[in-house]
Amino acid sequence: MSNPALALLEAQHITRRLPEGVTLVQDASLKVERGEFIAITGPSGSGKSSLLYLLGLLDRPTEGRVLLEGRDTASLSATELASLRLKHLGFVFQFHFLLPEFSTLDNVLIPIRRLGRLKDAAARAQAMKLLEALGMAEAAAKLPEQLSGGMRQRAAIARALANDPAIILADEPTGNLDTRNAAAVFDIFARLANEEGRAILVVTHDAELAKRANRRVHLVDGRIVSDTRVAGSENPPAPANPPALPQS
Amino acid sequence: MNLIFDLARGMLSRRRRQTLVSVMGVALGVAFFIAIASLMRGFQTYFIEQVIDVQPHIIVKDETRRPLPQAVEIAHPDGAVALSGVKPTERVRGIRASAEKMAILEAIPGVFSSPILTGQALLRYGSRDVSVSITGIEPARYRRVSNLEKDLIQGRMEDLRSTANGLIIGIGLAQKLGVVLGDTIIAVSPKGVSLQMKIVGIFRTGLATLDNQAGYTLLKVNQILQDRPNVVNQILLKLDDVTGAEALARQIEARFGDRSESWEEQNRNVLTVFVIQNAIMYSVTGAILLVAAFGIYNIISTVVFEKTRDIAILKSLGFTEGDIQWLFLLQGMIAGLLGAVLGCVLGQIMIEGLAQIRFNTETPAGNDRFLLAHDWRIFAVASFFALLSASIAAVVPARRAARLDPVQTIRGAA
Repeated sequence: MSNPALALLEAQHITRRLPEGVTLVQDASLKVERGEFIAITGPSGSGKSSLLYLLGLLDRPTEGRVLLEGRDTASLSATELASLRLKHLGFVFQFHFLLPEFSTLDNVLIPIRRLGRLKDAAARAQAMKLLEALGMAEAAAKLPEQLSGGMRQRAAIARALANDPAIILADEPTGNLDTRNAAAVFDIFARLANEEGRAILVVTHDAELAKRANRRVHLVDGRIVSDTRVAGSENPPAPANPPALPQS
Repeated sequence: MNLIFDLARGMLSRRRRQTLVSVMGVALGVAFFIAIASLMRGFQTYFIEQVIDVQPHIIVKDETRRPLPQAVEIAHPDGAVALSGVKPTERVRGIRASAEKMAILEAIPGVFSSPILTGQALLRYGSRDVSVSITGIEPARYRRVSNLEKDLIQGRMEDLRSTANGLIIGIGLAQKLGVVLGDTIIAVSPKGVSLQMKIVGIFRTGLATLDNQAGYTLLKVNQILQDRPNVVNQILLKLDDVTGAEALARQIEARFGDRSESWEEQNRNVLTVFVIQNAIMYSVTGAILLVAAFGIYNIISTVVFEKTRDIAILKSLGFTEGDIQWLFLLQGMIAGLLGAVLGCVLGQIMIEGLAQIRFNTETPAGNDRFLLAHDWRIFAVASFFALLSASIAAVVPARRAARLDPVQTIRGAA
């Protein structure tokens, strides 16, 4: 089972350089623990999103390595990385990226069905539970185009949570939302971190919202220039049942 | 996988009109293939059935494929012998020991044989002369290897026996000579023998060469007319199993030395035409399916292009490259399958439509319509190729989709 001695997600001196020579992320190191709500901030083009994609195993670093619960991911194949994303990582993007042909419920069901651990009825129950927890029960049967922006983003969060991942990675999740909806999304993230013990990494350029995280990582020109834990929430309450990564 | 199938269906259903166009492309290809193949196969099958039905399956002739070996060649099989100016020996033409050979052939189960003597003669009626080919037959045996009895429109085969010098002629010949049943005419052979013969039967096969130029009489009578007593120059064989004709013909020839031709050999030129016909048909329908495949390629490419975001999100959710490739390949296959099903229906409708057409001509066998094959294998082959070409067409865009980098897509969208 999960080994508390190991960081949930760790980046060791990762650098991401494009073939054209542009450096997106430079020698970044970061340890992410369970229950942490981390805001990644920085000016445009500072490599926030790139760092997030590297941590989310969507992209591979040119140098350095990313460890998921102590396991080096550099040597894994694309298929193995996909499997890790499916089981342990949840993504939320600036755009909701819900599949337009499918209802909200079906969208949430996609990762559950792809993982295939739950039978049909159980899968639907799981998806409904997630939607209910996000106040989306009534929208379950609606198509994404019938939802408001805030609801779409909540549906996207429900989809990210579908397989009960230990880590949620969000890239400007409030970029297209008004203040009220943005605050609601951050509330959800705070709850997921504090109550459910998930690690949340949010890339944002909104300084006010970033303050609600309990740790802030600031990037400039692809380098981590500051990594501060917010006073008062330095030691987040240990969750009763931290989501564990199976030893796979 | 069920999920991927649902996703594929969902994506296709969004582009209903475009999907329909590419499906129609496949369907038309399939339908045309089915209709054309059914026409061609129908005619070819009919033709072969006619050949098998009308012609003897094997003809044993009184000739050899190669000239008989000379004595010196037999004496020195390995010697460098060159002979020139060899003239054929004077010998009585005809199949030697035909009775013994027939006994051997008849002993093979499923084989019927009939000896005949063919020869030319001039039929003279009043002032009219017509050159004909006379076949001397034994009615009891000949009945089993030919359709003559079925083709008789007047008279009976038995009348050959009961009438002295009875003759059965074709309808065209009868009209040319102006004779009717019961008339007496004079037959003169190249050997100068002249016989008074009585018309005891008139037949119609629908084949002009036979109807205008053929006559049948008793084997004995023809032997007298041709002045070739006791000579048989062909043995006709009919087999229960026509597919074994070629092999049996080779055996007979190896054993007796007499040239033996199976029905396939006799009709080789026509059968070769069929092969070419089929090749043309397959190329034409292949071209139609190729165009249809481009339609499939087009729609899958469009879907991939439009769905780059969905591909990116699916990949970030943990779908593998294989999943994505399968997702789009499946869309091509769904379109191909829909096209195949629709094409089969259309093809059947086209066949039904063609079957309604009547021609105002009298074709040999009295047919005035298309001869159509109703063969499920044509449908199966058409569907298979439609599915195959759709899959191949979808592979290229599907692979491109699988290789899309989600990071680039998401960056571009942000």
